[in-house]
Amino acid sequence: MSPAAIEIRDLWVTFNHQPVLEEITLDIEENTCVGILGPNGAGKSTLLKVILGLLAPSRGEVRVFGEDPLQARRHGNLIGYLPQRPLSNPRFPVSVLDVVLMGRYGRIGLGRRPTREDRDAALANLDLLGISHLAHRPIGEISGGEQQRVFIARALALNPRLLILDEPTISLDACSQDELYELVDRLKEKLRLTLILVSHDIGAVATHVEDIICLNRRVHVHQAPPIGRLHLEKTFGCSVEYLFHGRIPHRVVRGHDD
Amino acid sequence: MIEALSLGFFQRALVAGVLLSLLCGVLSVFVILRRMAFVGVGISHSAFGGVALGFLLEIDPLWTGIAFAVAVALLIEWVQERGRLEEDAAIGIFFAFAMALGVVFLHLSRTYNVDVFGFLFGNILAVGPHQLWQILIVGLFVLATMALFYKELVFLSFDEEMAWVSGVPVKALRCLFLVLLALVIIMAIYLVGIILVSALLVIPGALARNLTRHIVGMLWVSAGAAVAATLGGLFLSLGLDWPSGATVVLVLALGFFVTQALRALVH
Repeated sequence: MSPAAIEIRDLWVTFNHQPVLEEITLDIEENTCVGILGPNGAGKSTLLKVILGLLAPSRGEVRVFGEDPLQARRHGNLIGYLPQRPLSNPRFPVSVLDVVLMGRYGRIGLGRRPTREDRDAALANLDLLGISHLAHRPIGEISGGEQQRVFIARALALNPRLLILDEPTISLDACSQDELYELVDRLKEKLRLTLILVSHDIGAVATHVEDIICLNRRVHVHQAPPIGRLHLEKTFGCSVEYLFHGRIPHRVVRGHDD
Repeated sequence: MIEALSLGFFQRALVAGVLLSLLCGVLSVFVILRRMAFVGVGISHSAFGGVALGFLLEIDPLWTGIAFAVAVALLIEWVQERGRLEEDAAIGIFFAFAMALGVVFLHLSRTYNVDVFGFLFGNILAVGPHQLWQILIVGLFVLATMALFYKELVFLSFDEEMAWVSGVPVKALRCLFLVLLALVIIMAIYLVGIILVSALLVIPGALARNLTRHIVGMLWVSAGAAVAATLGGLFLSLGLDWPSGATVVLVLALGFFVTQALRALVH
């Protein structure tokens, strides 16, 4: 059996003595697509940062393809990552192609210029996402949906085995959201990636992933579609109505108590 | 004015001015994109403490200035990284502290003389052959380092977190940039002085930002604007008998206002 893409054992993360993640233990198999669900403030982004090595756990162990995240990064086993707000400075004067090439900078190494090969690979990534015609446009002058594609192309430019998308549809309209999920489905098939999709949008995630991790500081449900109503109620801390797998929208009703 | 060109001190002033403004123009792009204008102000004012220490110990104030500025730059980085203090607060504290130290050092050395005034407000016409060499060597070092790490510096300015995730050594490069900034600030003190050096690190980049949409163009325009303003300012100051540093900054600021107005007209 291939080693798990991600193994997490008894992970705790605390900020100012407040636990943000408690006692997380989970495995993510290679070549699967996993959704991480949970309400705002559940620690979803924190969990991702620990997996990426951006944040050190307070306790416990995280292994990415059998290695410590920092060790993996040093060995060049990079993780493709789409952050929640990928464009902090919309007026930054670089082109779409520049942004995608940035994904390769770590591999190209210090003091070297991107070669024609790097350029071609970046263009191929843009092509894969159907936006090669935007290559020379300034990054701030294309639409939000197009920008998300550019940043996914940058994540793929690392040639990752693992791709993490943090709320990829948060700033998109309904139509672009559907397009983005279809695109992700296609990529998953084509590149045989292990994929982690983080969202608070239950419906969308449930229709596009194989396993679901419900997170609200602790892991409640793990590798368990169809999701039981009770488990989701635990995760979200409020009543849940209508949860089906398939193309039917799921909703959460009633406000949270806290 | 033609006669001035044959004067040694004016020739040196022109060469030093072109070199320094070229450096400031290039760094200015990154200062603007990384929103580090206040860091520039902090480092340049901290340099005053180092320069004064040089007078006190009777060694070349250039080296004590560099040591002081680099130390303060790295201290700002360290405090901010520990998350104990906001960056702007850290800068505000350190530069006040360094300047106060400077005043005490000067008091102890008992030499509030013309040299000190030159460091505060710049006196490029007093640049000697020895200093010209210093500027040339440090300038070449900074430009070569910038060229070597150009792509990483751009990525860092664009998104530090993603740069780290993509395998770029972010921390080392952040420190490297601060050291380069400190070096250029100390050098530029000859040109416009401690008080005005931040202008040279902010205005060219801001001006270029108004005129260009790509970072390569921005670098050329920024460096070009800084050099043109320095040359224009030097000749103007000669003709009008105005202080050279202040005249350079005035020309540069005027250029910025014109591009800002142009941008408003276009949009």
